[in-house]
Amino acid sequence: MKRAGTIVLPLAVVLTVGACHAEREIAVGSKKFTESVLLGELATQLLADGGVRARHEAQLGGTRVLWDALLAGRIDIYPEYTGTLCQEILRSACDRASLERALAQKGIVMSPSLGFSDGYALAANREVAARLGLGKISDLIAHPELRLGFSEEFVARGDGWPALRARYRLPQKDVRGLDHDLAWRGLAAGTLDVIDAYGTDAEIDYYKPALLDDDLHYFTEYEAVLLYRDTLPPAARAALARLQGAVSATEMIAMNARAKRDKTPDARIAADFARAHFGTSGVVTNDGVARRIGARTVEHLILVGISLAGAILLGVPLGIVAARRRRLRRLILGTTGLMQTIPSLALLVFMIPLFGIGTGPALVALVVYSLLPIVRNTVAGIDGIAAPLRESAAALGLGGWERLRLVELPLAMPSIVAGVQTAAVIAVGTATLGALIGAGGYGQPILTGIRLDDTALILEGAVPAALLALAVQGLFDLVELAVVSRGLRLRPAVDDD
Amino acid sequence: MAIYDARMFELRAVRKSWGTQLAVEVDLALPRGRTTVLLGPSGCGKSTLLRLCMGLVAPDAGEIRFDGGPLDRAARRRIGYVIQEGGLFPHLTARQNVALPARGRPHAELDARIGELAELVRLPAELLQRYPVELSGGQRQRVSLMRALMLDPEALLLDEPFGALDPIIRAELQQDLRRIAQRLGKTMVMVTHDLGDAATLGDEIILLRAGRVVQRGPLGELVRAPADPFVTQFIEAQRAPLEKIGA
Repeated sequence: MKRAGTIVLPLAVVLTVGACHAEREIAVGSKKFTESVLLGELATQLLADGGVRARHEAQLGGTRVLWDALLAGRIDIYPEYTGTLCQEILRSACDRASLERALAQKGIVMSPSLGFSDGYALAANREVAARLGLGKISDLIAHPELRLGFSEEFVARGDGWPALRARYRLPQKDVRGLDHDLAWRGLAAGTLDVIDAYGTDAEIDYYKPALLDDDLHYFTEYEAVLLYRDTLPPAARAALARLQGAVSATEMIAMNARAKRDKTPDARIAADFARAHFGTSGVVTNDGVARRIGARTVEHLILVGISLAGAILLGVPLGIVAARRRRLRRLILGTTGLMQTIPSLALLVFMIPLFGIGTGPALVALVVYSLLPIVRNTVAGIDGIAAPLRESAAALGLGGWERLRLVELPLAMPSIVAGVQTAAVIAVGTATLGALIGAGGYGQPILTGIRLDDTALILEGAVPAALLALAVQGLFDLVELAVVSRGLRLRPAVDDD
Repeated sequence: MAIYDARMFELRAVRKSWGTQLAVEVDLALPRGRTTVLLGPSGCGKSTLLRLCMGLVAPDAGEIRFDGGPLDRAARRRIGYVIQEGGLFPHLTARQNVALPARGRPHAELDARIGELAELVRLPAELLQRYPVELSGGQRQRVSLMRALMLDPEALLLDEPFGALDPIIRAELQQDLRRIAQRLGKTMVMVTHDLGDAATLGDEIILLRAGRVVQRGPLGELVRAPADPFVTQFIEAQRAPLEKIGA
């Protein structure tokens, strides 16, 4: 026993230490708009600075995607706003105590405010505000001649302009609905006096309007917070605690503006902020373009390769069944055709509750999209076999399986290969959407490029995707040489009998 | 009993319609070891009759027997079948087409049999490595004949075997097929609308119209003693080839 103990004890120590070292990586998610990505990046860098292994799954999607991913444990942390939590997610009361109680039931913890709020606000033209002494919304009551311009949504929503007017008893008559970007330009040009704004719009930094204080507390608070799972290790919690109250609205606006106007990379902005406030190293590991594209290519090829293999394994047998069984044909072709009509974005979102986020659901969605050309071409290939050849096969006494293997599939092969080729080329394009749910690939730079209005970044994804599509096209021309009998590719000989 | 034994194919009160259109209505026995030609204009039901004999089409009424037994899958392996244009599989070489009915047999046995058949149908052995598109129409028909004979069947059914060939190659193949038929002594049933085919190959001719037998007998009898004005009309229409063969 004693000897056994001397062996077991060191072993246990080694295992425990090993387990500590193999501590799992913390995943930080963010929504697909700049502010969320910046906060996610900041959280990730602080975790790393605190010695916690962490990765940032940037711009995963909208609120629903992030919330579901957090509940499913696919991510551990993401930045959220209290107003979104109570109005969209939990549909509960908006005070902190109610929110914390509702979240606790789901195993989620809400951090203290990060220091700024991002709700609706009213912005007034700087000169007008100075001249009339406008500092808060109540000040508008005395100036019925002011021209107001609101985003269409704000004008229409029950909790938008109509309720705001009722709460403050605002007298203005000249109120119009218009596009948010146009409203900013109108305000700058002096054709509008007051517009609605988001608390941290990058334009606030650019146009420097006067923000009117919501003195009657009409607008819902959109306090920025971090949501994390209650299983988050103490070391990680400690690292995140440094963000409490750390980011002011002005700083957030400046960071948004740097990302949007100056096209500074998110990681750089977050690193600069962290160095200034927390004295971190501020070093950003920046992969070269070639390396970045290389990594995206691997991700993209995995998406296309695996989904295509799945679609072939599923689609060809379905096509054979459809070609042979009249009654099942309609069902199979109808169903695969119907699935093709589901918008890819909607399909990806449907996949999330079933398969989570990341590569898995993207693969399933890609298989679904690749099915139709494969099934349809398999059916067409078998249908297209000339009647005399069918008769010959029957006359030779070939059984069902032999007929399929020796005659039908080889004859249908050119059509099947063409179907797989079509599916592959489509999959290369569709796989870029996988980035929306965190599957990576060429869609990642495209998504970031669209968000930041950065054409170079969009091309970094779009150009390799187009080249890959061409390569796939060429590859299948070679595949055809390999799997289609030479007898089907030859031109008829001159009759020399 | 001797008469019964002489019957290779028996079609007992067989009827077949396509929709409301009657295709075949016959009561026939086809003799063993002889060549019977099913003759008639397009749409007379002669091809349907042949496919009934092969079991490719099931009759609506009546019964078809082969060699005194039912026409099942085992029986079908004892019947060779050649169609117009050969019906060769384009994705297989000539050799692979010929070997298909005997797949799984040892290589040496296949090679010996294929060599034997190539000699019989006078096909140069080097053509066996070619794909059907690389062969001429006549060569394809010879390969098809080899495939039909691969398992040494007791009966050979031919559906317009010379249909797509030019006259010279047609005549050549007619003679070759006649020689093969005589040498092998097999039961042959051939569908054609060509009086030349019938004259060269047919021991007996069955003239069909609208799915029914109009007259049956040797060609000379059809010429000398037509059972119906239609017989004379059909023969008259093809007078030229008749003269060529000296009838």
